[in-house]
Amino acid sequence: MSAAADTAAANAAATADAPTARAPWALAAPALMLFIGVLVIPLAMTVMLSFHDWGQYKGIEPVFILKNWHEIATDPYYAEMFWRTFRIAILTTLLTALLGAPEAYILNRMSGRWKSFFLLVILGPLLISVVARTLGWALLFGGNNGLVNKLLMSLGAIRSPIPFMFTETGMVVALAHVMMPFMVLSVWAALQRLDPQIENAAMSLGAGPATIIRRIIMPQIMPGVLSGAIIVFSLSASAFATPAIIGGRRLKVAATLAYDEFLNTLDWPLGAAVGSSASGVTSTKHAGVPLLVVIPEVDVPSAMGAGL
Amino acid sequence: MAYLELDRVAKQFGAQTVVDDFSLAVGKGEFVSFLGPSGCGKTTTLQMIAGFLDPSRGAIRLEGRDLTSVHPARRGLGIVFQSYALFPHMTAAENVAFGLEMRRVPRAECAERVRAALAMVGLAGYEERYPRRMSGGQQQRVALARALVIRPSVLLLDEPLSNLDAKLREGMQIELRQIQRTLGTTTILVTHDQNEAMSLSDRIVVMSQGRIEQIGTPQETYERPASAFVSQFLGKTNDFAATIDRTNAPVRLVAGSWSAPAPAGFSGPVTISIRPERIGFGDAGLAAKIVTRIFQGNHWLFQCESECGPAIVIRQNDGQTQPAEGDAVRLAWRVDDMSLRAGGAA
Repeated sequence: MSAAADTAAANAAATADAPTARAPWALAAPALMLFIGVLVIPLAMTVMLSFHDWGQYKGIEPVFILKNWHEIATDPYYAEMFWRTFRIAILTTLLTALLGAPEAYILNRMSGRWKSFFLLVILGPLLISVVARTLGWALLFGGNNGLVNKLLMSLGAIRSPIPFMFTETGMVVALAHVMMPFMVLSVWAALQRLDPQIENAAMSLGAGPATIIRRIIMPQIMPGVLSGAIIVFSLSASAFATPAIIGGRRLKVAATLAYDEFLNTLDWPLGAAVGSSASGVTSTKHAGVPLLVVIPEVDVPSAMGAGL
Repeated sequence: MAYLELDRVAKQFGAQTVVDDFSLAVGKGEFVSFLGPSGCGKTTTLQMIAGFLDPSRGAIRLEGRDLTSVHPARRGLGIVFQSYALFPHMTAAENVAFGLEMRRVPRAECAERVRAALAMVGLAGYEERYPRRMSGGQQQRVALARALVIRPSVLLLDEPLSNLDAKLREGMQIELRQIQRTLGTTTILVTHDQNEAMSLSDRIVVMSQGRIEQIGTPQETYERPASAFVSQFLGKTNDFAATIDRTNAPVRLVAGSWSAPAPAGFSGPVTISIRPERIGFGDAGLAAKIVTRIFQGNHWLFQCESECGPAIVIRQNDGQTQPAEGDAVRLAWRVDDMSLRAGGAA
């Protein structure tokens, strides 16, 4: 073939390539527009708002100052509140992992009919509003009138109501209850991918039940536990209804504080600063934890062999 | 004395009997296959030996010891599963080492045995590979090495080759047989593939609907099938309805225009079972017409319409001219080559 024909063929290939290169963008455009319109722009506006000034009588002033950020960084009140938010989210995540993973494992070993029944029991609460579920805890443990407290006090088991309302323990327990389905579901999905014969294989090689769980099952469901943990952590860190009902005004978390700044104090810029720093922390987590999940999955020697 | 003995073993799930009255004595070093269609109870029987299922009745003994009361983890059997069931989060070497770790084999010996086991199955140099980065055939070899490295008293293979493609399967069959011969491990193979059972086993247990149809060497089960089921399941076969003609002495066995001196012990309608490769084209015999003629390289396959219904004939491609489609032929065979069953054609 002549050189000219080669060039012509190359040109033809190049023009044929150009539309295919644009196609992914064109196809992604509607979703991208929506994403930018309802997420990126409002977020950017919130961040902008956090640099504005606010006064009791003058309202919001569109100037660029660091007052709000300075306040958050220096006032120990905010440090305590962020630390509390983080602590509650971490404890909730641990609690759901500790209870949810075995729960999913047991669920997976059940026979057909019981499995679907208990799956419904676990997922059913998702159909009910978080507010209703959290109010349930308040009805059971809320001061002298809480059902459980009443019962235990009339039986003489306790003298004063169990400290549950307006405590961090109460918030963690109630949040863990609300978040449990997410953990169970994601561990359950990981269990579905397990070879049904794998436990028999380990058993035939001489492994006892505890060893099978520790050496064979656990490592394989870890990605499920971690992805469940990401969901639970981020939902707990940004949870509003449960902390608002159980924690009330006494134990504020990032979400309830931002809400109060916006709607009670009307200090929108400060609320925006609290909100954006909270979402900044959560999104760092979002970016970081998946990396932790992915890295052990990469088979290092063969990846190196492939020139990666 | 039998090494592994199954004594009238039965398994019921609710009202359904999956395995019934299964008795078998396996000698040390023997290679026995459980052969049958899916749902015949062969895997259930294997799982009872492995201990994953408890028999409803009967006893399983290994060297005279009752095995049914021993926990599966303590039976010391090596098992290769159909899905291989490798541990995906462990490398090939870690997979193979797992059984040794459970037995608390010292580290140095463990490493040496793992290396030797992987070398034996032809996977030297693959120690650090993860199963998902290996082909089906390689995964299969890891599974075999993992089962053999613990020096099992019995090796149980549950359809180990069914997930491999035909060519690889053939290669693995030969290799499996060689490894088994070298190590002398008593082996039980579960398969629905009659070729696999025949090429690998010392003895075949043909099963159907939870019952043993026949136990015998591959040759016995093929040449002398004990039942219509066995003759149909193992290879192709022709069944012709025949009668015993007593009008003249000596008594003759008659199928259409074919006849031969009748063997003793039969009366009334009988069924002649004859393998397609044992039928020849002759001058006298069962009248037939060739419907299709298929060339298959080393042999010809003829589908004929005979006086006694459809018939299949296989002839070696030995250079002789073969009859063409539409030709009228006579089918003949030696009395020694056929087997005879009382009753009409199945």
